[in-house]
Amino acid sequence: MNLILLAQSLVNGLLFGGVYSLMAVGLSLIFGVMRVINFAHGDMMVWGMYLAFLLNAYLGVDPYLSFVVCAAALFVTGLAVQRGLVNRIMDAPHEMQILLMLGVALVLENVALVIFGPDTRRVATAFGASALWLGPIFLDLPRLLTFALSVTLSVALWLFLFRSDLGRTIRAASDNPTGALIVGSDVNRIYTVAFGVGAALVGAAGALTASFLPFSPTAGLPLTIASFNIVIIGGMGSLLGAFLGGLLVSVAESIGAVVLAPSLKEVVSFSLLVIILLFRPSGILGRRA
Amino acid sequence: MRLLEVSALAKRFGGLEAVTDLSFTLEEGEILGLIGPNGAGKTTVFNLLSGFYRPDGGDVRFRGRSLVGLKPHAICLLGLARTFQIMRPFPHLSVLENVKVGALARHPHVRDALERAQAVIRRVGLEGKAHAPAGGLTLAERKRLEVARALATEPALLLLDEVMAGLNATETGRFIELVRQVNAEGVTVLLIEHVMKAVMALSRRVIVLNYGARIAEGLPEGVVRDPRVIEAYLGEEYTRAQA
Amino acid sequence: MTPGRWLAAAALFVLLVLPAVLGTYGLTVFIFIFFYAFLGQAWNIVGGYAGQLSAGHAAFVGVGAYTAAKLAITYGLTPWIGMFVAGMAAALLGLGVAYLGFRFGLRGFYFVLLTVAVAEICRLITLHIDALGGALGLFITFTGNPWMFQFQDSRAHYYIGLALMLLATGVAAGVERSRMGAYLRAIKEDEEAAEALGVNTLRYKMLAMTVSAFLTGMGGTFYAYLIFSLQPAAVFGIPLSVDILLRPVVGGSGTLMGPILGSFILSPLAEVSRAYLSGGAWAGAHLVVYGVLLIGVVLFLPQGAYPYLRRLLARGDAS
Repeated sequence: MNLILLAQSLVNGLLFGGVYSLMAVGLSLIFGVMRVINFAHGDMMVWGMYLAFLLNAYLGVDPYLSFVVCAAALFVTGLAVQRGLVNRIMDAPHEMQILLMLGVALVLENVALVIFGPDTRRVATAFGASALWLGPIFLDLPRLLTFALSVTLSVALWLFLFRSDLGRTIRAASDNPTGALIVGSDVNRIYTVAFGVGAALVGAAGALTASFLPFSPTAGLPLTIASFNIVIIGGMGSLLGAFLGGLLVSVAESIGAVVLAPSLKEVVSFSLLVIILLFRPSGILGRRA
Repeated sequence: MRLLEVSALAKRFGGLEAVTDLSFTLEEGEILGLIGPNGAGKTTVFNLLSGFYRPDGGDVRFRGRSLVGLKPHAICLLGLARTFQIMRPFPHLSVLENVKVGALARHPHVRDALERAQAVIRRVGLEGKAHAPAGGLTLAERKRLEVARALATEPALLLLDEVMAGLNATETGRFIELVRQVNAEGVTVLLIEHVMKAVMALSRRVIVLNYGARIAEGLPEGVVRDPRVIEAYLGEEYTRAQA
Repeated sequence: MTPGRWLAAAALFVLLVLPAVLGTYGLTVFIFIFFYAFLGQAWNIVGGYAGQLSAGHAAFVGVGAYTAAKLAITYGLTPWIGMFVAGMAAALLGLGVAYLGFRFGLRGFYFVLLTVAVAEICRLITLHIDALGGALGLFITFTGNPWMFQFQDSRAHYYIGLALMLLATGVAAGVERSRMGAYLRAIKEDEEAAEALGVNTLRYKMLAMTVSAFLTGMGGTFYAYLIFSLQPAAVFGIPLSVDILLRPVVGGSGTLMGPILGSFILSPLAEVSRAYLSGGAWAGAHLVVYGVLLIGVVLFLPQGAYPYLRRLLARGDAS
């Protein structure tokens, strides 16, 4: 086994892990705060990618700048979805939530299909051709930027949740919704914001990967499944678990792609998922859901 | 005949000892009351007996056979049925369909099960509501349904978990009659109760639990006068004040 | 006979004679209505009656399709028999998944994820087995030999599809009326309460899954000899799993007519949008409608279209 190849795949996995982490953290926020299962998560990410594409195609904006706009747009979308739809079924059994969000996913995916067509796309970026060398290891600049920005966003989220008043209120509501109600927190508003933030994170993740991850309207559901994979493996209800889980799964997939075969890398993460589901459903770092 | 023998039963949740070294027996045909303040571990005992929790120590023998490690459905089929403190009807099914599920345990053919279910529904006085959805029943009716379902499994031992809670005086009286009748037909009863009227009226013997351990046992009149029992319910200061 | 029975008999009669007036296109529409109603009914047994949502039933379609096709191509086994072998293979997988999932206490969302994972693993593995055609897929040579389950005439597919739909409905009806049906419904309502009443919940959930998987596997065979080409993405993919569960959920999960009604609503919808909004640009339009319908059903008619209609009609009678 070529050691350099292994090291390279480790680095690639780590770099891409930043995105996985961002996706997972967004999902974990939504699930952790509202116990809602966002089956449209991946499709929101794909819309982040398409928005980045539009901004680039029509306004020439680089995705590494436009990701802010994409995040904002998805934030608003998240607010709307939560207010209009999710809010009505907060107390419904999980199966109903899954079906509802599946419906949203279908709508998102196929509106994209109708508007953009089925072709796979990528977004051009000014950084596309550059790379850094760390000894024999090749560091793709876009991936490096994506990793750096993803981590930054995750840290920003952490700061928001642990250092700001609204963030503290959100954490309180997720720990104890009734208690939060009693002390006068506007729990509905909290849920809406949390969903919006989760959507914004995954929208940003989309824009940040649009330059090197080919996307099409049907890429949504696999990304949703991948996000759930990570959240479960890393631990439901734990944001740190989601973050670390993203890195772990990405590295595992990357090494799996090299050791087994590129298209089998998902078998690695799915097998991990099955094992965790069976033996430790609360995940590596999670608390009982 | 000893129907139920519980020896040194223990259950821990993390650091909390919910049930400690509990031993008691139940004779066939008797009604045993299990009382104690809230949090004493009474429902935990029921969960241990019916197989929903696995004991951390001790043994439960039903007709000489150990129940430890058996799943709840197997225990039910052996003849031990229970009701739930927070009632759990099948809300979208009718009363008849609810009881039918219980009856199917002994009568695998749906037609027989339906007949048996109808008989049980008549016994508890719910014939008028046989086709009503269980989710829409009143509190008293839901309690009757809970008992009916358990009865439909033709148990030898029936565990009743606070069935009298929330009932008014008339309903309580009727329920006491029902339990008495059920017992007269040969069903041994173990009941958890807070409603003292029911405990005194029905139980031949009473066991008192506090903090997971047995603190008193005996005839109802004697037990409620036992200072340890009074202390458990009302606190140390009250008892000292009385002395 | 009750009015409901008359209606059913009349509908059946219409369906039996319809091919006389339908062209090839019309026949195809109905074939797919029957096919998805069949798959939906099979799903209904575990997803509707037992309440264990599965978003990975495509795994059973795929296993059934590939098993029967491979047996026919390599060993010349007629799919008339291969269909049952396919069903058994799928049933075995279903039993395995159910055992794994339910034995380890997976419920609700976690079980859904397990089913998705299993379907995806099947798809990915199949992509890599050259004997099954790998990524290119498996192609069945068209010979039109009825003994090998191949037909020149679409009407054969129509009647077989109809028969399958009736078969699955018959099985579901049988389950509904039996002890198993009562137990499954109890499990769906409150699993622990059911356990306390002597219901071996693990056994019955596994049984529901196995029966469901067997029928779905048979459906896979039908599919293989309708399309003549099997691609892992099409036959194991999430879109198919979603398509399968959409009919019963929209029509009414846990009811006998739900999957059939759902299929009669959704499949024509797809055809209409394909016909009127033709051209690649609007390719996904009917799926947008599916999504909206799904959202609508969850929010406003959580029990599905059929129970709602039945209540409407009952109120109509009462007035």
